[in-house]
Amino acid sequence: MGITRRQLLGWMAAGAGAGAGGLVPTSVRAAANMHFAGFPQSKGVLHDITLCIGCRKCEAACNTVNELPAPETPFDNLDVLKLDRQLSPETYTVVNRFYPTDPRKPQFVKKQCNHCLEPACASACFVKALRKQKTGAVTYDESLCVGCRYCMIACPFNVPAYEYHKALTPRVMKCTMCHPRIEKGLQPGCVEACPKEALTFGHRDELIRAARQRIERHPERYINHIYGETEMGGTSWLYLAGHPFGTLGMREDLGVVSAPEFTSGALAIVPMIVSVGVMLLTGIYAINQRREKIADEERRDAVDQTREEFEALMQQKLSEQKKAAEKAKDAAIKREVEKALAEAAKPEADQPAGEENGKEE
Amino acid sequence: MEQQQAAPPMQQSFFTPFNVITGTILLMGMVLTVLRFTGGLGAVTNLDHNTPWGIWIGFDLLCGVALAAGGYVTSAACYIFGLKKFHSAVRPAILTAFLGYALVVLALTYDVGRPWRLPYPILVSPGTSSLLFEVALCVMLYLTVLFVEFSPAAMEWLGLRKARTLVMRLVLMLTIFGVILSTMHQSSLGALYLIAPSKLHPLWYSTYLALFFFVSSMFAGLSMVIFESSLSHRYLHKHMDHHHLDNSNDVALGFAKAASFIMIGYLFIQMIGLAIDNDWHHLATGWGAWYLLELIGFVALPALVYAVGVREKNIRLIRWTSVWVVLGIIFNRLNVSLVAFNWQLPASQRYFPSWMEIGTTLFIVTLGVVIYRFIATRMPILYEHPDYQED
Ligand code: SF4
Ligand code: SF4
Ligand code: SF4
Repeated sequence: MGITRRQLLGWMAAGAGAGAGGLVPTSVRAAANMHFAGFPQSKGVLHDITLCIGCRKCEAACNTVNELPAPETPFDNLDVLKLDRQLSPETYTVVNRFYPTDPRKPQFVKKQCNHCLEPACASACFVKALRKQKTGAVTYDESLCVGCRYCMIACPFNVPAYEYHKALTPRVMKCTMCHPRIEKGLQPGCVEACPKEALTFGHRDELIRAARQRIERHPERYINHIYGETEMGGTSWLYLAGHPFGTLGMREDLGVVSAPEFTSGALAIVPMIVSVGVMLLTGIYAINQRREKIADEERRDAVDQTREEFEALMQQKLSEQKKAAEKAKDAAIKREVEKALAEAAKPEADQPAGEENGKEE
Repeated sequence: MEQQQAAPPMQQSFFTPFNVITGTILLMGMVLTVLRFTGGLGAVTNLDHNTPWGIWIGFDLLCGVALAAGGYVTSAACYIFGLKKFHSAVRPAILTAFLGYALVVLALTYDVGRPWRLPYPILVSPGTSSLLFEVALCVMLYLTVLFVEFSPAAMEWLGLRKARTLVMRLVLMLTIFGVILSTMHQSSLGALYLIAPSKLHPLWYSTYLALFFFVSSMFAGLSMVIFESSLSHRYLHKHMDHHHLDNSNDVALGFAKAASFIMIGYLFIQMIGLAIDNDWHHLATGWGAWYLLELIGFVALPALVYAVGVREKNIRLIRWTSVWVVLGIIFNRLNVSLVAFNWQLPASQRYFPSWMEIGTTLFIVTLGVVIYRFIATRMPILYEHPDYQED
């Protein structure tokens, strides 16, 4: 089959990502629900720490095959082993010395990129400058890298180094598992240079089987753990040791979950946020508009009602007043009539009629 | 500073304290810029292979984005939740958000190795499995949204009535879009650290990191709006109309109340985070004390003081508390990105920023203040343009 699952997922994700709404749901779900056990037939390296003599020949070879700048202290100077050296843009691999138990029995541990099966660095890179190849190598494409250094944040083994002193073209530097050499059918430079066979190159599955055999055959020599078989979801570089890995400067608390699985949930929720968000916010807006409209109508109704009530009241008052006024008028007329009648009924004897008449008028 | 400018007709000296201080900082910033782009990151920063992200990410990006959350919080409150009484707070908040995000992007051009490739994740090779991709996409889109949301102020200033009417029609759509984009990138900034459980201290690492960042961005934004409005009150008073002056107390009270509620909620989800990962035993360590300082000293206490301030209608108290909360957010973001990150490394391998990194950050913040002041003293931000009052 010409298309790998990863490529396919990549395309689907890219397609989905094209619209702001549909970021990566497919690839994410896949990462969340399935355990990716690595490409079939992918290569790896087994580092048997019990065989390593700390000669630094691998460091020298790595320097040569990758055309890295010459180091300050030459590779045949073994004094540097007493330092706790780190990987750097000029050194893809270092050998460090540890004294796990007996101060007379040093152990040497080679450090380089572990070429994780599901690399944290590659899943973190937002331009896909870092990729897991079918060979097992995790490679870096300088022509895409923005230099955000999120890959360095992500790598649990603190492997990628950055060219901090380059102003305009800084690169992320790390072991490539000699991907170009592997493609040509060669072994990685460091493996080829090792005089003690402390490094073995081969199919990862076979390396794991071989490592198990060594443990079974020499249980007194090895602790019963292949470092890298499950660490962070598994790595292509594997380690055997006679002492707990914690005493050899390697972290034992990394767990078996691959890095992309930590972020898959956060990524999967994105399209949800978008669709639920639009729904919710539009809904809330609509409810508020409606509420305002209802409030408006109610206000209008209330005003209308008050006006009506007021008018009715006024009407009532008016008619009452009218009635009252009429009543008063009637009463006054009645009174006057009565008065007049009474006047008329009075004897006219004691008063002159003319005066009375004048008053009446 | 402002009062001096008001002093009439005499020719005002250019060397006011404000100008001298900002001028010095800007000058220093330019020198540092030259150093950065000629000598590389190594020439100005203390970054190394263990600590690839320093304060330019921890402060400029994480705090910058969190504190610019006022934009989406305020416009959502006003336009979506229909709280019209906060209308006067929208423009200043949008302006700060816009400047905030613009400066975040500026800071990123200093931090990334090849800044001209910043569009690559979107245009050339989208790495959709990366949370940084989501952050990049959202920040870019949101910056555009903020620009459009801010543009009416500039158009009123320039007298572009037609264009303004057109944009004003989009307000609702833009607001909804902006809120969603904010939800996404505020939370994914926290989710950036999900990939490194082995490096971040368990008290700060949580499956809910994204939620923590999002919820805390809400009260960060609310507090920042209160804080800014008190600054404007003090220094840009004469550029504010009575409407803005009258409403600013309403805004402070309403926002403080909301922030106080959200902060209590935040405490709860932090507790849930602790319970789910069963991190209680870490509380008894030195890291635990530091964590409790963050949570009690910078979330629980200020939430309480906000509540008291609201109950007593004590605006002064609320304003001071907003500063407290803002400091708390900065404390939290720096803890996640720098203090609790790489916590197992021996002290000799830990990172501390160089003065030049701090200087560059100071330069960028100062740039923001100067631009804000330039705009707020000219465009209708803190007052309504007399010609456009109807809406
Ligand atoms: S060891 Fe680090 S750099 Fe190497 S593949 Fe794994 S995550 Fe990437
Ligand atoms: S520094 Fe380069 S390789 Fe690493 S994540 Fe950023 S863009 Fe990818
Ligand atoms: S595999 Fe190649 S690049 Fe990696 S350490 Fe060995 S020689 Fe160096």
